[in-house]
This record gives sequence, C-alpha cells and structure tokens, in this order.
Amino acid sequence: MLKLPIYMDNHATTPLDPRVLEVMLPYLREDFGNASSRNHVFGWKAEAAVKKARQQVAELIGATDQEIVFTSGATESDNLAIKGVVEYYKSKGDHIITLKTEHKAILDTCKRLERVRQERLDELKLLRLGQLAERDVSPEEVAELAAKHDVENDATYKKWAEMPTGGARVTYLDVEQDGRVNLEKLEEAMTPKTVLVSIMFANNEIGVVQPIAEIGALCRKKGVLFHCDAVQGIGKVPFDVEAMKVDLASITSHKMYGPKGIGALYVRRKPRVRIAPLIDGGGHERGMRSGTLNVAAIVGFGHAAQLAREELADEAARILRLREKLRKGLTDALDMTVLNGSLEHRLPGNLNISFAHAEGESLMMGIKDVAVSSGSACTSASLEPSYVLRALGVDEELAHSSIRFGLGRFTTEEEVDFVVNLVVDKVRKLRDMSPLYEMAKEGIDLKSIEWTAH
Amino acid sequence: MAYSDKVIDHYENPRNVGTMDKEDPNVGTGLVGAPACGDVMRLQLKISDDGLIEDARFKTFGCGSAIASSSLVTEWVKGKTVDQAMTISNKDVARELSLPPVKIHCSVLAEDAIKAAIEDFKKKRAARKAQAS
Repeated sequence: MLKLPIYMDNHATTPLDPRVLEVMLPYLREDFGNASSRNHVFGWKAEAAVKKARQQVAELIGATDQEIVFTSGATESDNLAIKGVVEYYKSKGDHIITLKTEHKAILDTCKRLERVRQERLDELKLLRLGQLAERDVSPEEVAELAAKHDVENDATYKKWAEMPTGGARVTYLDVEQDGRVNLEKLEEAMTPKTVLVSIMFANNEIGVVQPIAEIGALCRKKGVLFHCDAVQGIGKVPFDVEAMKVDLASITSHKMYGPKGIGALYVRRKPRVRIAPLIDGGGHERGMRSGTLNVAAIVGFGHAAQLAREELADEAARILRLREKLRKGLTDALDMTVLNGSLEHRLPGNLNISFAHAEGESLMMGIKDVAVSSGSACTSASLEPSYVLRALGVDEELAHSSIRFGLGRFTTEEEVDFVVNLVVDKVRKLRDMSPLYEMAKEGIDLKSIEWTAH
Repeated sequence: MAYSDKVIDHYENPRNVGTMDKEDPNVGTGLVGAPACGDVMRLQLKISDDGLIEDARFKTFGCGSAIASSSLVTEWVKGKTVDQAMTISNKDVARELSLPPVKIHCSVLAEDAIKAAIEDFKKKRAARKAQAS
C-alpha cells in the first residue's frame, strides 16, 4: 500500500534508520555517562561507545579514528575547517579558492573572512593616512586623503597590508555548464599565498560529483590544503581520504540516516594538518572542539556510517535504477524538460529537472503529497532563483521551473511510479494555464518580448 | 509556506482560464511580469462598445498566489464597467486572498494586468476611431 505523504527530499535530510535508533536508545537511558569521566564505569562505557563510533566513521572514509573530530554538524565542520586553517596558517598566506556552487556554510564563512580582512585594511589605511597627514583622520576623510597621498602605492601601507589580517582573500571559481570544476582554472587561480582549496564532494541541489581525486592530487602537488565538504556524497558514492588526498572533510550524520545535530570534521594526521579551534573549553576532541560529547548521537552516527559502508554498493545500484525510472518517466511523457547538471557525474539519488513554463513553487503546490524542493525564487524570501543553477548558466525562467527530487534508502518503486504520474499530470495542468507554454508552442521566441520587470 | 484556503481554492479550481482572440477589436490583452522573475500574467477582457466587461480570461505562469490573484480578478471584473475595474487595487486582492508580505507582488501584478488589458482595449478603440474618421 502506498502511504502519503511521500518523502523525496533526501538531500535536505534523511529519515533515521530504525536500526540506528535501536543502538542509540541505551545511551539515552541507562548509559548516560559523560565520555570524559575517567573514574567510573558510566564514563568508561560512554568512552568505549564513542571510540567505536569514531572507528566506524573513520572506516567509512578510509581514515583512522584519531583523525575524526566530532562536531554539531556539517555547518560547524565547514566553519571549523576554513576558519581553523586560515587562523593556523595565517603566517603562510591568506588566500582561499572555492566554487560559486558551494553550500552557504562555505560561502558565507568565506564572505565573513573577506569582511574581516577588509575591516582590518580599512583600519590600517586610516592609521597610515594619520601618519601621512600628521593629524587625526576621521573615516569620512579616508577617500579624499587616500587619493591625495596615493596610499595604495605607499610602501609602508603596502607592507602593512601584506601582514596577517585574521581574514582572507577568496576566489570563487565558476563551474562548467555541467556543474563541474575546471581543473586548469583551479590551478591558474592558485597563488603563493593560497593556503586552502575548499570544494564540495557532491552538490546539494544538482547532485553533481566533483573530481575529488584530481583536485586532491593537484593540491598536494602545489602544497595547498584541500578541504572537501563531503556531506552529500558520503555513504552514497565511495569516498576515500587516502586515495583522494583530502586533508579535511566535513561529514554529517543526518544525510546518511543518522540523527541530526552530530557531524564530524576529518583532519589529516599524515602529513599533519593543523587547525585552530572555534570553541575553547575542556580540550575535548584533542583540543579542536571542546564540549561534552553527545554520546547517543555519536553512537547513532557511527552505526549509520557502518550501515552506509556495508550497504553502499547495493543501495547505490537500487537507487540509481529508481532515479533513472523517475527521469525517463518524466522526460518521456513531457516535452521541454531540461536536466540541470551532469548526468554522468551525479549522485544516484539526485534528479534536478526544469519543466519549462511551469513554475516550480506552483508545481510543488500541486504535488503537495510529495515532498521535494524547488530552485524557484518563490520558495525563499529572497525572490532570487537558485544561485547554484544560475552559476551553471541556467536561464532564470528555467531556474524558476526547477524541481529537485532526492531519492533515498526508503524510496520505493511504487512511490516513483506514483510521483511520475502525479508530476506529469500537474505539469500538464500548469502548462495549460501558462501563457509562456502557449507562446512557446506557437513558436514565439520568449526572448524577443520586452517584459515588464517588477 | 502555508497558503490560505482561498488561494488553494483558486489554485485547484482556477476560474476563467483560457485564451481570447487578441485580434478581436473588443478584446483587451494585458501581459505583465517577466519569466526571469518567475511570474507572467496574461489577462484578457472582452469589453462591449459601451465599456462593460462582458468576459475575462487569464493564463498565468507563476506561484500559487499569482495564479490565485489572476483567477480572482477575472471573477471581479466581469460585469463591471471599465472605470469600475480600474479602481480594483492590489490591496483588495491581497486582503481577499490573505497574501503574506512576500506574495504582495502577485497582487500588484494582478492590478497591473487589469490596467494593461484596459489600456490595450482603449488603444485599439482609439486606433479604430482614427481609421474611421
């Protein structure tokens, strides 16, 4: 029997696997100890459980347990990796390279570091202008005096500006039309000041998988650290920090059928990678992340990692078959559909497709018994369509018409069949009331019309 | 985002969806919005020579609120004179459909569509008169 509503948004989060819940429960009941309590059995039990989970997570990515730092989730892991590297390696350089299609946890962290650097430079400029003008200078006068004294070419100011600022300079690389990084452009963007490259494993919107091993090899050759936000790909496609030469990797539990609120940062030991902590305190996690460990969640995360590793091959094949059934079902029945991002280099469970001339939010309203996501502006408060799709060069109208399906461990064939029929029906209905579809069918070039932007 | 019952009703049972002959001298067509913004509304009004709106049809590309706004105004303008229809404001639409602040632009678009359709009708009529004289 088909049960509604259907969950097909497994990139947002995944349901907790019942087997994971089972192993967690004792740690929410009788085994409540603090893993740092070294002097009694409650603490020892918790410590042993954490140790096992750490090994399970490490094994999933080809790491050792000493390289796993537990965090509250991938957003924290991303922040810790980037800010931690920038602070620790500030005397070496301050340049980061990342992609325009990265998750906001990466992009907004980078933007903050750019702001920190800019604020520091503004302060220095003010100081230097005070020296040059031989009086106190107010911030309002900076522009005028900077021009007068040509401060940008002033040797002293230039020297100051090259000193560590606590922030960073960031290059946001474009991606190719299929969503993948261009390795030549990546190499060209590297400077002697580059300390970190941060590139995701698989994209959360379009499921496009990046050439991680190639990026890792390039970074190693250039002596640049490589951080990978591996949240969406881990447990879905093989990931190995040794083979791929990854130095830091962000992982989260709730995208692989574990509990929310727990994640990890992989930090390489050989050759040693150092990071400054964001959270100071009791020195947990070898000083990289203080705070009492969330034992029950860690146990769940560990078990989820073990299940993911054991079942990856079978599960990936099964989900890919369902995804292809969904894709073919939709594209065979409907005209004017566009797949967003590479089909070949793609997570098995991801389908991101634009149904031209049928707006995404209204389509989601029509299929309200199916949980999916849209790149339409209307689903967010910003009214801007998906920046990921825009970075791929997807036309704005098509970005507004995109739907992301995320299939997962608990998706059934029956659900896929149901979704195909429902989506086809609703897209047709919306197109019947779409002036754009009517015009396109009449052969009118929509680009030739002068639209009234609002 | 939760939709009001009225938005859902108009979305599920849109009134007066369709296309009129835009060459008909008594049909005024308003096409507003932009595909890049995610909303395009086309409103067509059949207006008698003495200025009474006899019929209305719409087609809309956009979110549920945009579809509901256009569906609603087709109901409202029917039977009204052109002058009466010109007084329909986006606030009336937003209030009737309980649109949240981020969806106010949908109601603005509906008001613009009415004005654009009437404008088109008036232009056609003026052109006809000029030809006749």
